[in-house]
Amino acid sequence: MKKDILKHKLVPDHTILSKTEAKKVLKELNIHQEQLPKIKVDDPVAKAIGAKTGDILKITRKSQTAGRFVTYRLVIN
Amino acid sequence: MKVEPGDFVDVERVEKVVKKKRAKFPEKLIYEIAEAAERRDLSDDELDELVKEIKKAYQRAKVEQGEAVGTVAAQSVGEPGTQMTMRTFHYAGVAELNVTLGLPRLIEIVDARKKISTPTMAIYFEEDYGADEEFVRTIANRIGKIILSDVLADFSVNYASMSITVEIDEDKIKDKRLDHDEIIGKIEKAFKKVEIDKNVLSFEPTISESKHAIRELRLLADKVRDLQISGVKNIGKVVIRKEGTEWAIHTEGSNLGAVLKMEGVDKVRTTTNDIHEVEKVLGIEAARNSIIHEAQSTMEEQGLTVDVRHIMLVADMMTSDGIVKSIGRHGISGEKASVLARASFEETGKHLLRASIRGEIDHLTGIIENIIVGQPIPLGTGSVGVVMKDKKIGGRK
Repeated sequence: MKKDILKHKLVPDHTILSKTEAKKVLKELNIHQEQLPKIKVDDPVAKAIGAKTGDILKITRKSQTAGRFVTYRLVIN
Repeated sequence: MKVEPGDFVDVERVEKVVKKKRAKFPEKLIYEIAEAAERRDLSDDELDELVKEIKKAYQRAKVEQGEAVGTVAAQSVGEPGTQMTMRTFHYAGVAELNVTLGLPRLIEIVDARKKISTPTMAIYFEEDYGADEEFVRTIANRIGKIILSDVLADFSVNYASMSITVEIDEDKIKDKRLDHDEIIGKIEKAFKKVEIDKNVLSFEPTISESKHAIRELRLLADKVRDLQISGVKNIGKVVIRKEGTEWAIHTEGSNLGAVLKMEGVDKVRTTTNDIHEVEKVLGIEAARNSIIHEAQSTMEEQGLTVDVRHIMLVADMMTSDGIVKSIGRHGISGEKASVLARASFEETGKHLLRASIRGEIDHLTGIIENIIVGQPIPLGTGSVGVVMKDKKIGGRK
C-alpha cells in the first residue's frame, strides 16, 4: 500500500539527492537550502521513499507548459 | 505529411542544434521543433535557422526579472472571475450528483477550505475489473452508504407490546449484493435487546419502565431504520456510470485513503476533489497538482480560459511550505514578514498593535511598505541597486 501512492497520476517522481548532488544543485541555483520549497518529513511520499529531515528531494513534474520540469524541496520537520 | 503520435521523431538532432546555439529550451519545445522539422522535412541549415529564430522569440517571451508575476496572476484569474459571478449556474456535473461549480468553487480552492461543500470522488478500476459490471456493482454497494431501511420488507412499531418488528427482504439484499449474516452481525452489535428469528427481527428499548417509554420507542425506531449496514465512512450516495468501455463510480462524499485500499480499485486514476484529502493521502506535490487541476477545470467548465502558468503560481505559493495554505488572511497574506504589508491587507489595527507590543522591525524590502513610506518600489527597473566593491577602485583597498 505504501508504495502504491507513488504510482498515482497526481504524484510526480521524488528522489533523494546525495550530499554532493545537493551541494551541486544549491550552487547552480545560487541559493541556501532554506530558500527551497519545503516538504514535511511525515508527507506520505517522503515517508514512502524514506527521506529524512535535511534531505533535498528532486521532484520531476509533468508540466503542461514545459513537458518535464525539475524542482527541489527541502525535507523539514 | 502529418506526424502521427508514435511516429519516430528525431529529438536528438534538434537537441544537438539547440546545444550548439546555446539555447536552453524546455523539453516540450524541443519536441515540437523536432516534430515541425519532420513534418516540413527541414535540412540541417534550415533547422539551424529555425532554432536561431525560436531562440530570439523565446527570449522575448520570457518573463523578465523583477516582473510582478503575482500581481499579473491575480488580475488574470480575477478578471474572468468577475464574469463567473454573473452566471450563477450551479448545476450538476455528473448525472444525479450535485457538484459546486463556478465562483463558489474557485473561492473554496484558493481558501483551502477544510470542509468543502460537495466532496466527490471518481473511482476507476483496474483493467481486469473495469468491464465487469457485476464486480463494479458489488464494490459500489460496499462503498455507498446503505441503511437498514433500504433492505426492509416490513417495518412496524407496536405500542401495545412496546417493541419494533422488522422483516428483512432477501431479494433486496441480493439486489444490493450484500451478505445476510454480515448484516445480522452488525445489527447484533448495535442493539442489545434484539430477537432474531430468521428474517424477522424484533427490537425492544433498553429503558422500558420510564415515563418516556413512548418517546424512547420512537427514538429506537429511528435508530433501527438509520443503522448503516454497508459503506465507507464519509461517503453517501454513489452513481455508477459507463465511460467508454469501462465502468466508473462517482460518489457523494469522499474518502480517498479507504477507497484506494480496496481490491480492484485503480490506484493510478482514482481521485477526489478534496485537496486536503489529497495532501493527506498522496502528499504535497499531489496536492499542488490537484489545486491546478481543480482550478483549471472550474474555469474551463465556465467557458473561461486562464493561462495555466497563473494557476501554477497560485498552487506553488499555496504549497511552498509543505502544507496547503490558503491565500488570504489566514494563509499567505497573513504570514508576510512586513508589518506594514500585513496591516494594509486586513485587520489593520490588530497587526499594528501587535507589532508595537513586540517591537517588530520593518526592513522595507517589499512593494507595499515602500509605497506607504513613499519610496521607489523594488520592482522592474526599481529592483536593481548599486553596489560598490571598494576593492575594484583603482586597485586600492
